Amino acid sequence: MERVRKGFLSPTWKRRLLRSSSVILLAVAWEWGARMHFVSDFLLPSLSSVLVRLWDDVISGDIPIALGLTLARTFAGFSMAAILGIIIGVTIARLRLVRWFFDPIVSVGNPLPKIAFLPIFILWFGVFDWSKIAMVAFSSVFPVVVATWAATENVDKYLVWSAQSLGVDRRALLWQIVLPSAMPEVFTGLQIALPISLIVVIICEMTMGGEGLGGSMMTSMRFADSPGVFSGIVAIAIIGSVLVKAMEIVRRRLLVWHAESAH
Amino acid sequence: MTSENIFVRYLPLALLAVLWEIAPRVHIVDPSELPPLSAVAVAWWSLLLDGDLWTNGVSSFINWSFGLGSSIIVGIALGVMMAWSTTIDDIASPLVKALYPMPKSALIPVMILWLGLGAGSKIASIAMSCLLPVIISAYNGARGVDQTLIWSARACGASNRNVLWEVILPGALPEIMAGIRNAVAISFIVLVASELLVGQKGLGYLISFLGEGGVYDAMFAVVITVSALGFFADRAYLYFMRRTLVWRE
Repeated sequence: MERVRKGFLSPTWKRRLLRSSSVILLAVAWEWGARMHFVSDFLLPSLSSVLVRLWDDVISGDIPIALGLTLARTFAGFSMAAILGIIIGVTIARLRLVRWFFDPIVSVGNPLPKIAFLPIFILWFGVFDWSKIAMVAFSSVFPVVVATWAATENVDKYLVWSAQSLGVDRRALLWQIVLPSAMPEVFTGLQIALPISLIVVIICEMTMGGEGLGGSMMTSMRFADSPGVFSGIVAIAIIGSVLVKAMEIVRRRLLVWHAESAH
Repeated sequence: MTSENIFVRYLPLALLAVLWEIAPRVHIVDPSELPPLSAVAVAWWSLLLDGDLWTNGVSSFINWSFGLGSSIIVGIALGVMMAWSTTIDDIASPLVKALYPMPKSALIPVMILWLGLGAGSKIASIAMSCLLPVIISAYNGARGVDQTLIWSARACGASNRNVLWEVILPGALPEIMAGIRNAVAISFIVLVASELLVGQKGLGYLISFLGEGGVYDAMFAVVITVSALGFFADRAYLYFMRRTLVWRE
């Protein structure tokens, strides 16, 4: 603490203050703007009222229930996409017939705006959970397939050759060489697919209803309950960041043995 | 690629199309749940002649191009500014990082609340959703520009303006273009979702209108149209991107 201070704050603290300034400024501007009634309460309820509302909904159980439904649908669809996507991706890379069949389907299907199929899924699976889960699986399976396919194809040839020269059979080659070394890229595919799943679940809940975070936001909007809409968006934003962070942590845990975790 | 190769390559799609035609005709699947492909084609043709496809398509195209266009312009400007000045970076990047993982579809109800049920809320939803990927790609691209290039340009007497236009922007272009490709994909999702939700115009509205009316062959026709537009937009962009970045190779 013998450091000579130039000015009021040390440079690191100045930087930290600057870095948090935009968030603080936005919060203050939101609260102040709403209190001064520059815009009507309906268009922009004050930040404090939105946070109070969020807290009330958490205590009353509305948000935990909605969150549970949304997450259950997200993970049901996401796991289907993950399992199917990895199986299809691996078989595409290893079996010629499968590749012949899926190659045009994947290259046409991957860039499609899959959300347009929503009414067809409603027609086929009804308006309840199944259509939402199927929609999520359909939307997020393509990035997983593409990532797995590329990853299994790009496995280091020398690794495969040395394993083969040690007399490893096809099965062991797949489970002990190909899949582990494809893991990082496959996981990147999953990290792309999870946010897509969440986006699609929320759109499905908004259009078909059925509660969940998207559904309750739409209900609030129809009843012109703007604190409800804003508390919904805050809740969704928090969940989105938590899921993205969680995937990063899982990745670090899962790939602890891999070179990418070394640095 | 020879014509025979193309035939073999896309044969699975043709097989699926044949299956789509036959399965409802022999009642393996219920034709009311999956109208045969030929019925869908007929419905598409009559929608085209009615002008329904055209008027709704134009309305969707306007929302899409304004939304995506404004996010590209604003996003590149903001991203490059953040990379240019550490002060702007310090101020803006925590906000950008905090908002980036937010599921973009959540913005639609707020935009409807603010801007009503018309085109404004759709354009704003698309623009807001596409903005962050463009900002991040421009930021990463501009920061990744080789510092020695900037120094040598300055040593040759380039002004700030020259450095920006002739060193930083071209250097950041590959990343920016990759970011815009993501934004194109997102823009289609948000466009269709916002039109499915509310409104009286647009292809998404046409899909939900026909679906609620039970005119399923026409609904399938519009779904296929929207998918085809999304697909060709991506392919056309990819082609444009390769052409533009040809100098890098």
